[in-house]
Amino acid sequence: MGSTAHHGAEGVGRRDLIKRSAALGMVAAPGMGLLSGCASGGGGDSDEGGDTKGKTSKDNPFGAKKGSKLDVVVFKGGYGDDYAKAWEADFSKKLGISSTHTGTQEITGKLQPRFNAGNPPDIVDDSGAQQIKVDVLYKNGQLLDLSEVLDAPSVDDPAKKVRDTLIPGTLDPGMQEGKIVALNYIYTVWGLWYSGKLFKDKGWEVPKTWDDFLAICKDAKSQGIGGLAHQGKYPYYINVAIMDLIAKKGGLDAMKAIDNLDPKAFVGSDAAQEAIEAIYEVVEKGYLMPGTNGLTHTESQTRWNQYKAVFITSGSWLENEQLKQTPTDFDMKFLPMPLLSGSTLPFEAIRAGSGEPFVIPAKAANRPAAQEFMRRMLSKEWSTLFAKQANSLTILKDGVDPGVRLRPGTQSTVEASKAAGDNTFRYLYTEWYGEMGTAIEAASNELMAKRIQPKEWLKRCQAAVDKQAKDPASKKNHRD
Amino acid sequence: MRKGQYRFVAGFLFVPVALYLIFVIWPYIQTFGYSLTNWKGQSQTFDFVGLDNYKALVEDDVFLKAIWHNVFFLVFIPVITILLALFFAFMLNAGGRGRAGGVQGVAGSRLYKIVYFFPQVLSLAILAVLFNAVYRSDGGGLLNGFLIKLGLVDADSPVEWLNEPDMVLWALLLVVVWHGVGFYLVLFSAAMQSVPRDIYEAALIDGAGRGQSFFRITLPLLWDTVQTAWVYLGIVAMDMFVLVSSMTQNMGAYGGGPDHHSDVMSTVMMRNFLYYGKSGYACAMGVVMLLLTLVLSVVTLRATRRERIEF
Repeated sequence: MGSTAHHGAEGVGRRDLIKRSAALGMVAAPGMGLLSGCASGGGGDSDEGGDTKGKTSKDNPFGAKKGSKLDVVVFKGGYGDDYAKAWEADFSKKLGISSTHTGTQEITGKLQPRFNAGNPPDIVDDSGAQQIKVDVLYKNGQLLDLSEVLDAPSVDDPAKKVRDTLIPGTLDPGMQEGKIVALNYIYTVWGLWYSGKLFKDKGWEVPKTWDDFLAICKDAKSQGIGGLAHQGKYPYYINVAIMDLIAKKGGLDAMKAIDNLDPKAFVGSDAAQEAIEAIYEVVEKGYLMPGTNGLTHTESQTRWNQYKAVFITSGSWLENEQLKQTPTDFDMKFLPMPLLSGSTLPFEAIRAGSGEPFVIPAKAANRPAAQEFMRRMLSKEWSTLFAKQANSLTILKDGVDPGVRLRPGTQSTVEASKAAGDNTFRYLYTEWYGEMGTAIEAASNELMAKRIQPKEWLKRCQAAVDKQAKDPASKKNHRD
Repeated sequence: MRKGQYRFVAGFLFVPVALYLIFVIWPYIQTFGYSLTNWKGQSQTFDFVGLDNYKALVEDDVFLKAIWHNVFFLVFIPVITILLALFFAFMLNAGGRGRAGGVQGVAGSRLYKIVYFFPQVLSLAILAVLFNAVYRSDGGGLLNGFLIKLGLVDADSPVEWLNEPDMVLWALLLVVVWHGVGFYLVLFSAAMQSVPRDIYEAALIDGAGRGQSFFRITLPLLWDTVQTAWVYLGIVAMDMFVLVSSMTQNMGAYGGGPDHHSDVMSTVMMRNFLYYGKSGYACAMGVVMLLLTLVLSVVTLRATRRERIEF
């Protein structure tokens, strides 16, 4: 008995690592051979003109062929996959090209073998926790350069190129070595959220300054409602509030100081100090929803939906995520972070950016149809379909038909991003320096639980920045 | 004939040994290889960095703290689980008195045995969901709701069980113990039932109380089983990945909070491997975990080695 248990003891603790390294070793090594074999075979390009290439025309610049088949794989996460089904139905109706649809969370599991075997789908929403990293696919020569699609005439206005109809800067995250190989399709805004109904019932005005915000929290507390809720188990969310305050107070320079690992990013930055003191004031005065520090995102957001708190931090996926929990008359609204006095950016400024990468594999069997599909994704009609089905915006400028009734939260993000105009900002340290991000989150978690004070928070965050700056790899990242 | 016999045996051994070599030993070797590189886990390009990863590991506060958390579990999980299981098993099998003649469990012991076993049939994931509801940090949590009703806790400042540095490890420990006691109770019960009744009866006639018959008879005769339980619970204590990553405050990924106060080696390793992309470094952690587990196994087997009592 003892000796079998002994062997068990060796195996169990590293079960995951073993699985991974075995899988990597077995999949990656022969996979690479296959890939290079295919690439040097030179079969890829000649296939293209085969049975999937139809006649090109003004409405059909890639020559998508009627009667051919399109293989679509979509990440079925927070946004569901109904929007893709709606697109496919429309695609079939208009072009006579039917699609095989796969909605899944296991992108890697389902697609890695197909990429390795050289028969990938035609278009993929490569997202979620199990996405195949875009840079990995790119380095293996698996991705099509999307410039043909982006330079094609727009569906809505053929005089314009597709790329000129998009919100500026939203293509950047999909760039690898100067080429756009992934289309980050969804436009997300981050900030605070509230219930229009609750505001109406209580007679509150939308707070534009931090003092107004605190006043509402105070009033709410006196009526037994929490002021601010956050998804405490994931300190990522409270950092949305903290970092937005810093950026709006100190302007883009304060934000870039953090991304560029400035030795005065936190300690010695007035913006950072005032922002964290403002947040701490909420904690100290007891304006947090009771227990919110330990709640998961669903628990916390559901409580907020039950009017247990006035405000909550989140990105614009919130409405879709909470569809089932939101009362019909809740009237969800987005709120840009209220301003500290003497802020550099205006109240309307918001954190915003694109996510959810769609890619076309280089070896897609039906490339013309895939390119046409993507071109249509960037049409007003399909962008509106997406907004209706997934309750989120796309990177298409003014991409939602004004005649269409959106859900209130989504509608409020449309207005907010219009009001913001060019006043948008986005931190990059979270993408660049996961470890530093974690250290800052850990510090914020301690602050929210009153275990450390703002001064200590600044010190810990600065230490995280300084530590990251010592890593030679961090020299590669810089923003101006 | 003899030669054929060997071939026969070898034929049976070949497949399992080959599988073991391919899926266990070879990954170990690979892990060690990767631990000497700056591999980032997303492609097969990396440089050899010698022992740099191991040098960094010695200065990694988070990982060093995580080792101590594993040690905490290693000490308390087996001790508490085994003591409780032994106590309950004894009560169920030999704790009852009353009727003249014979040794028996307390009344209703058959029912208890089944009830105690219930938690064991739950998977760890369900266990995590269940206890997240128990420990929930607002009035909706089982514990908080109860304490608020009793007036022991203020509804405006409920106890954040899993967000308290001093409480989080104990809270996790309780889950493991609750889950494990039933199984070891049944294990010990089975062992106890194989102890001949006449030994107990002889002790009874000589005037031994419950305590005496437990320490003088039951425990010595159960030593083999206890040892097995200890090793199994040691494995649980060295892992803890599922509970920590799905119950505690998120430190980037895989739980571990607040402020790394509940991080164990496996969560730190996975965070480095996938979330930070420091896969080579994570492999070095894996190698350290392997060594620690090996040492632990040897120590446990040595320390609990005793003469087996035949009965």
